[in-house]
Amino acid sequence: MKLKKGIPVIDQGDRLGFWGGKFGGNFVPETLKKPIEDLEIQFNKLKNDKNFLRERDKYFKNWIGTPTRFIKLNHLTKHIGGAQIWSKVVSDANGGAHKIYNATVHCLLAKRSGKKVIIGDTGAGYAGKMLSMSAKKFGLKCKIFMGAKDIKRQQPNVQAMKKNGADVIPVYSGSQTLVDAVSECMRYWVANCDTTAMCVGSTVGPAIFVRICGWSTSQISRELKVQLINEFGEIPKKIKLYNCVGGGSSSFGFWNEFMDYDKKQVEFIGVEAGGPAKSKRHAAPLTYGSKIGILHGAAQYVNQNSDGQIEETESISAGLDYPGISPLHCFLKDTKRARYTAASDEEALKAYQIVTKYENLRPSLEPSHAFSVAIKEAKKFSKDTVVIINSCGDAYKDRGILEKKLGKKYVKSN
Amino acid sequence: MLNPISLAFKKAKEEKRPALLTYTVAGDSSKKQSLEILKAISNYADILEVGVPHNTPVADGGQIQTSAYRAIKNGIKMNDIFKIVRDFKESKNSKPVIFMGYYNMIFQYGENNFLKKCKKSGVNGLIVVDLPWPENKIFLKKCKKNSINFIQLLSPTTSNKRLKSITKDSHDMIYYISMLSTTGGKLKVSPQKILANYNKIKKISPKKNCVIGFGITEKTISNFKNTDGLVVGSQICKEITRSLSNRQNPVINVSKMVSKLRKKIS
Repeated sequence: MKLKKGIPVIDQGDRLGFWGGKFGGNFVPETLKKPIEDLEIQFNKLKNDKNFLRERDKYFKNWIGTPTRFIKLNHLTKHIGGAQIWSKVVSDANGGAHKIYNATVHCLLAKRSGKKVIIGDTGAGYAGKMLSMSAKKFGLKCKIFMGAKDIKRQQPNVQAMKKNGADVIPVYSGSQTLVDAVSECMRYWVANCDTTAMCVGSTVGPAIFVRICGWSTSQISRELKVQLINEFGEIPKKIKLYNCVGGGSSSFGFWNEFMDYDKKQVEFIGVEAGGPAKSKRHAAPLTYGSKIGILHGAAQYVNQNSDGQIEETESISAGLDYPGISPLHCFLKDTKRARYTAASDEEALKAYQIVTKYENLRPSLEPSHAFSVAIKEAKKFSKDTVVIINSCGDAYKDRGILEKKLGKKYVKSN
Repeated sequence: MLNPISLAFKKAKEEKRPALLTYTVAGDSSKKQSLEILKAISNYADILEVGVPHNTPVADGGQIQTSAYRAIKNGIKMNDIFKIVRDFKESKNSKPVIFMGYYNMIFQYGENNFLKKCKKSGVNGLIVVDLPWPENKIFLKKCKKNSINFIQLLSPTTSNKRLKSITKDSHDMIYYISMLSTTGGKLKVSPQKILANYNKIKKISPKKNCVIGFGITEKTISNFKNTDGLVVGSQICKEITRSLSNRQNPVINVSKMVSKLRKKIS
């Protein structure tokens, strides 16, 4: 299995949508073949259409607010005493997380195809919140599917969705988390695909959704590349890009523009959710060697039992609480372009405490996983190593959990 | 010699009625009971679809999901499902069996092993909801080699061009999904429209037995008497759920329901 240079990774799939011949694809009911094909044709055309790109850039700039900041974490760097630690503050984006890029692009596509309704899944509630924002912006009706357990633990985002006029539909089946929300959303699309557009909230699902999402979030690395050159005059010789990985949309977007660099120069480190330290359950299929299986239309490494039933996951972070992982990351893992590891719930909380103690930055529980590993590893690196963590979400949505786990003082600033 | 599925259609045709296909989930509500249900409804149905329960189904509505979760919760495993079919096939009034499920279950078992086991247990056909054409081309050939019917699905969104390619690549039976819906949805399209699509398929592929599924219930079934076959699934699953919550015997109730369904199309 080989990564090709000079071709965007999202376009390296084969005719049937498989990366590396085995990840991704379109394992979907016959009913969805047509709407998926329509979306493929539309996207393949528009992604090279100058007018469309101009339109996208206009909304990215004026509405999402690009570029998001690239800042040095001076105090943290000093405290750790190794590599220089930087952060790409993607949570600056309108709405507070990277999910806005994909949501905006899907709404632009839906609008062009004449659809009146857009549906989406959500775990942490960010994908849902951003889709509801974009839908409102572009005049589309919006329905968000969300696991009942996640509705309880991510109330601030639920309130935001409702405020934006979206229907939030609780999903009570299975584990009542993201995996069930995605299933329910796809089921709804099966029944309504003639009038309704679907946005999959991460780089998961049938191949076209993986591609659209990866293409959208790549805005992050496009900005970072420019910011690096502005800051250092060139792309530094040793860069480490740390990102949490749930479905994999923010990490893919954070890395995409650096794909063709030698990994000795630009290394990618994906941090999965290891779950509670004392639990056997986790949401880290790449780290813990899960087998390839089919989930939500794509072949991927996925937590499952020997029969092929998808296993329940456990993580403090709703946004990473997914048993599978993007086919793109399976591909990056097997081609050895990226390295994957996991952080436990406790480690993520600890990292959150450290970051908020030293910096004026409040990463949500998802990027706190990435901070945890970055902090540990940065100690061992030389001073000229540039460690960058994608702070892809803001902790506002986690206030309930943080207050419960760490006490009131950690949420006071909210 | 005709394969058992085609033979079942032939028999129904001789009786001038569509074949009746039922769908029940293996292991719902227990291994033993699901076997008893198969044996009981076998008196009235022509072909039995046996659902292989999966916990992330992307095309099933609430009724079938409930049945599937119930079966999984009770610990059903793939090998138990094969055993249920084998035991059923050894009973005196057995009928052809079609597995209906999701590809991951086959993938984890290994395609070749799965087919070998199907053959040994007496499974006659397979419907794999999330393995559409052309993705299913290789598996389809393997099925044929093992004399197992791979049943292609067609839907209202299937283009004419696709329809031709798919029917060309299908075995003796094809399955038309009546409307845009998950299983168990209310019939939201007129029977006339469904029949028009059905006739279009028959025109393109007159020799294949085409069944209609999704939205077929006691109420709607008599609208479709002039077809090759009809599938009833969610209503049966719902009846099992209803029986259980009323502390009644699902075997008797389901059997009554299937007998009624059969009368309505005879």
